[in-house]
Amino acid sequence: MDKKKEQNLKVFAARIRLETARMVCNLGFGHLGGALSVVDALAVLYGDVMRFDAENPTWEDRDLLVMSKGHAGPSLYATLAMKNFFPMEWLDTLNCPGTRLPSHCDRNLTPGVDMTTGSLGQGTSTAVGMALGKKLDGKTNRVFLFVGDGECNEGQVWEAAMFAAQHKLDNMIWLIDLNGKQLDGKLSDVIDLRDIRQKFEDFGFAAVSIDGHDVVAIRDAIDSVGSVKDKPGCIVLNTVKGKGVPYVENIELNHHLRFTPEQIEKIMCEAEEGLRNAEKEACGD
Amino acid sequence: MIKIIYDGTAETTSHKEVFANTIESLMNEDDRVIFLDADLMNSSGMYKLWKEKPERVINCGVAEANMMGIAAGLSAVGRTPYVHTFGPFASRRCFDQVFLSIGYAGNSVRIYGSDAGVTAEFNGGTHMPFEDMTLMRAIPGAHVFDLADGVQFESVIRAVKDLPGVTYMRSTRKQYRKIYEKGSAFEIGKGCLLNEGTDISIIACGLMVSEAMLAADLLKDEGISAEVIDMFTVKPIDKDLIVKTAKKTGAVVTSENHNVIGGLGDAVAACLMEENVAVPFRKHGVQDLFGQVGPINYLKEVYGLTAKALAETCKKVLKEKKQ
Ligand SMILES: Cc1ncc(C[n+]2csc(CCOP(=O)(O)OP(=O)(O)O)c2C)c(N)n1
Repeated sequence: MDKKKEQNLKVFAARIRLETARMVCNLGFGHLGGALSVVDALAVLYGDVMRFDAENPTWEDRDLLVMSKGHAGPSLYATLAMKNFFPMEWLDTLNCPGTRLPSHCDRNLTPGVDMTTGSLGQGTSTAVGMALGKKLDGKTNRVFLFVGDGECNEGQVWEAAMFAAQHKLDNMIWLIDLNGKQLDGKLSDVIDLRDIRQKFEDFGFAAVSIDGHDVVAIRDAIDSVGSVKDKPGCIVLNTVKGKGVPYVENIELNHHLRFTPEQIEKIMCEAEEGLRNAEKEACGD
Repeated sequence: MIKIIYDGTAETTSHKEVFANTIESLMNEDDRVIFLDADLMNSSGMYKLWKEKPERVINCGVAEANMMGIAAGLSAVGRTPYVHTFGPFASRRCFDQVFLSIGYAGNSVRIYGSDAGVTAEFNGGTHMPFEDMTLMRAIPGAHVFDLADGVQFESVIRAVKDLPGVTYMRSTRKQYRKIYEKGSAFEIGKGCLLNEGTDISIIACGLMVSEAMLAADLLKDEGISAEVIDMFTVKPIDKDLIVKTAKKTGAVVTSENHNVIGGLGDAVAACLMEENVAVPFRKHGVQDLFGQVGPINYLKEVYGLTAKALAETCKKVLKEKKQ
């Protein structure tokens, strides 16, 4: 990837972070930690990889994305708004009465959201069904699936994984957000995943493990696992829950947070600083 | 003995605190009591106890079906499991495990499904159980409770400790309005008469009990005398009390923070039909709809779960009574 593109993706990611923080802070509470950890992968997918038409969000030939960790809705909404799927003003309505942007992703409400999620585990099977359907139709659409590491506790994830490998669904890529935490804290204190990349490889995937905040590594990984024939792809994203907002990163139990006005100011300052730094890097070149 | 202290004010203790404190004290009283959660210790109020007593408080991770099976196995070897997860994940997400591994296999597990109905608020439709009582009622021998306040919740958590089979308790994790004086003890299968009336009976459960009390006030202003019953014990239900109140007032409205299909309303209707009591009747509750995201007061308005909407329903039913 050329330097310019890399810098642009970094700026895009920093913007998504800032908008995500703004949405959650507007409300005063939410799943900010888990929304922030997937941002760099979202930036690469929507900024450089996926085929879509924001004017026609249900275009048949689009690539599909399932956010199975549905509580990361806010960062997906910020991404979609910046890609013109709907007006930026909608971001102010997160979780408000009658909103089209609910805490958890809902395909019936939000343009660009391809599947309803929120009950962990279920997004995996639905994504597999989409990939199977497109494959049976002889189409070239790809399906991208985000799965939480805690979410991998659900047996359904592994049922879906076995099926995807059995049916050689090489038109889908699973992105496992390995931020090392679930709701009750560290995975190692709740249900340890051990070597998650190895598990997916053993389940029949082309699987790699990378720095989930490195846009170049993400792009390269998509190309590498995506080009393996007859195997679904799996990218283990080594991430930090709350990434980009040090204040949130440093809270031990940072799954669902409620913020005071002082904390909100701090969070917004840090997210703004993140964007300034990304922009500075882009300009300095 | 129960004592009513309802005055329209909110409770001061959250139901998750009530839950955690009661489970802790049951653990001290009975070595067999064990608690399981599915990555929601920090939501159920059990986080501290999990860290303190890892051999009595078990975190199953985000794997509700697995948790129900593990609880069933623990029961089979002589433990007394209590489990918690959000209501939808305690019921529809793992119904077959609850039905078969616990119910059919003759094991005994007590389940707290939190965030009853609209109290799931900002977690939205995926997390909003309007059908958990329907599912659980259909399990042979199951006990199903929708709690009206924390005092009642504590009493029921204790009362179900040695019950056989599936026990399901639904409630908020936050606060409702206070209804009962601390220490009130409730009997399984016996509803509570909260307000005597002569024109119409409101039979409510859970969140809707205090709304029913408010509705009775609204109706009183219009010269209508409403009897209010708290039917927290949805299964087994208090048939005698239902028949008695229906015969006394000659009109019945049920009220629940739940779909009207298969919940309290259907249970009361079946009772009345089987006892040949024909009176004007309505099921007030969620009218065959999915949940959605929003603040509680908005959701109560949207689904008609307010005292005002309940009072309107009562007035409609009363018109039929007069004809
Ligand atoms: C079936 C189900 N069980 C429980 C929950 C409640 N819940 C929401 S997020 C979460 C933790 C998820 O951890 P992870 O997948 O690692 O998400 P992240 O840490 O990346 O936010 C839990 C238990 C849920 N949404 N769905």
